[in-house]
Amino acid sequence: MTRGPVILIAALVIGGLGLADCGGDGGGEPRSDNAHRATILATTTSTRDSGLLDVLVPDFERGSECQVKTLAVGSGDALKLGERGDADVLLVHSPAAEEAFMRGRHGASRLAVMHNDFVIVGPPSDPAGIAGAVDAPAALRRIARTREPFISRADDSGTNAKELDLWETAGVRPRGARYVETGQGMGETLTIASQKRGYTLSDRGTFLATKNLDAKILVEGGAALRNLYHVIVVRHEGTNSGCAKAFSSWITGSAAQRTISRFGVARYGEPLFFADAPR
Amino acid sequence: MDPVGEVLARSAAVSISATLIAVAIGIPVGTALALARLPGRRSVAAVVNTGMAVPTVVVGVLVALLLWRSGPLGGLELIYTLRGMVIAQVLIATPLIAGITMAALQALPPDLPDELRGLGANRRQTVVRLWLEARVPLLAAAMAGFGHAVSEVGAATVVGGNIHGQTQVMTTAIVEGVGRGDFTAAIAYAAVLLALAFAINALLTSVQQRGSSWARS
Repeated sequence: MTRGPVILIAALVIGGLGLADCGGDGGGEPRSDNAHRATILATTTSTRDSGLLDVLVPDFERGSECQVKTLAVGSGDALKLGERGDADVLLVHSPAAEEAFMRGRHGASRLAVMHNDFVIVGPPSDPAGIAGAVDAPAALRRIARTREPFISRADDSGTNAKELDLWETAGVRPRGARYVETGQGMGETLTIASQKRGYTLSDRGTFLATKNLDAKILVEGGAALRNLYHVIVVRHEGTNSGCAKAFSSWITGSAAQRTISRFGVARYGEPLFFADAPR
Repeated sequence: MDPVGEVLARSAAVSISATLIAVAIGIPVGTALALARLPGRRSVAAVVNTGMAVPTVVVGVLVALLLWRSGPLGGLELIYTLRGMVIAQVLIATPLIAGITMAALQALPPDLPDELRGLGANRRQTVVRLWLEARVPLLAAAMAGFGHAVSEVGAATVVGGNIHGQTQVMTTAIVEGVGRGDFTAAIAYAAVLLALAFAINALLTSVQQRGSSWARS
């Protein structure tokens, strides 16, 4: 072929690549200095779906040279991203898995950031009658005994780890069609639970933020349902450790901690998270 | 979710870029498969046709494995960027465009290439003439490629990460809306996405149909 079509093809490719940059993607030109490299924050769907990160991340970016890419995945997936060095900093809520991560020397530091709590939600009519249960394991035993459906995240998330813990404590574990494993995020799982008139375990924030649910909180409170979030700086070759450390100390600092305590009060009448970092 | 205007601009930029690049690759590849008598042509054609049926999320996972920092191309820092998403969508749209191009050229009268050469056309002139003859299905190929790219969600999620303010596109915003039980927002975004698809396809269709009536007269 002579040059005409080649030039046409080249023009299409160059035009295409140029256009892609018009989409407002700040990370187009990778730079060598650490601060300008994208910082990948792997976190849980609960922090994103509640809207907290949409407030915190721009705050952090304004006060630093770092650009953050927030990935909302389950805590299990976030820890795996960290182990491979595919994320720089983690905000997760799966304490046992986090401790194993630290023991494996994958983390440079792990600090408490905040907590909220898990709740057991179910149909407002509460066919299993769990509303009066003494604690969460007792409620789960009732759900198993009455053969009402329970909807599990089954996605290795922090919420899923807590749920499996509670079944362990309860000493039962439903099997078969009454134990529905979705493999999806909290919002999706709450919707499925609501549609199937089943019970599920959720963090309070996501339950409040998810719309169109026909479900209510039936069991809450108690140390067993506490939901702790930690920030972990990943220790791995090639990560953006400067920005990861900056994020970790910023989110545990007083300004961010104040933002966390106030978040959600205006919309839900109660805070969604309680600041935990030692001052 | 980001404001709908930003998300729309991102979707349009990524999928139009990907379609332009896919056209630039797919039409020559499809043409070569239709015209050249090369060894292994049938196997390549079968691969291209299979490419039309590969789930977009599979393409997304393969691209992500390459682009992750721990992957072989991690140093390029393309994961969770719009450029990374363009790469995935090029891989999604190209087989479709190449496959339709091949079929369109093979549907032309089989003697046409020889006749054109007999009239003194060189190879380049022959190919350009055949493209003009097949311009209606070739534009259909471009529309199919764009439609596939702009409507897919699997690769956009895995490669783009649905990052707010950066890589959230229309389809991943719709999925996020559904995840939050916010069906009003999901349907609003869906309506806007359909409007974008309609606008692009209306434009291409008007070019295409003008071409076809000219050919008939």
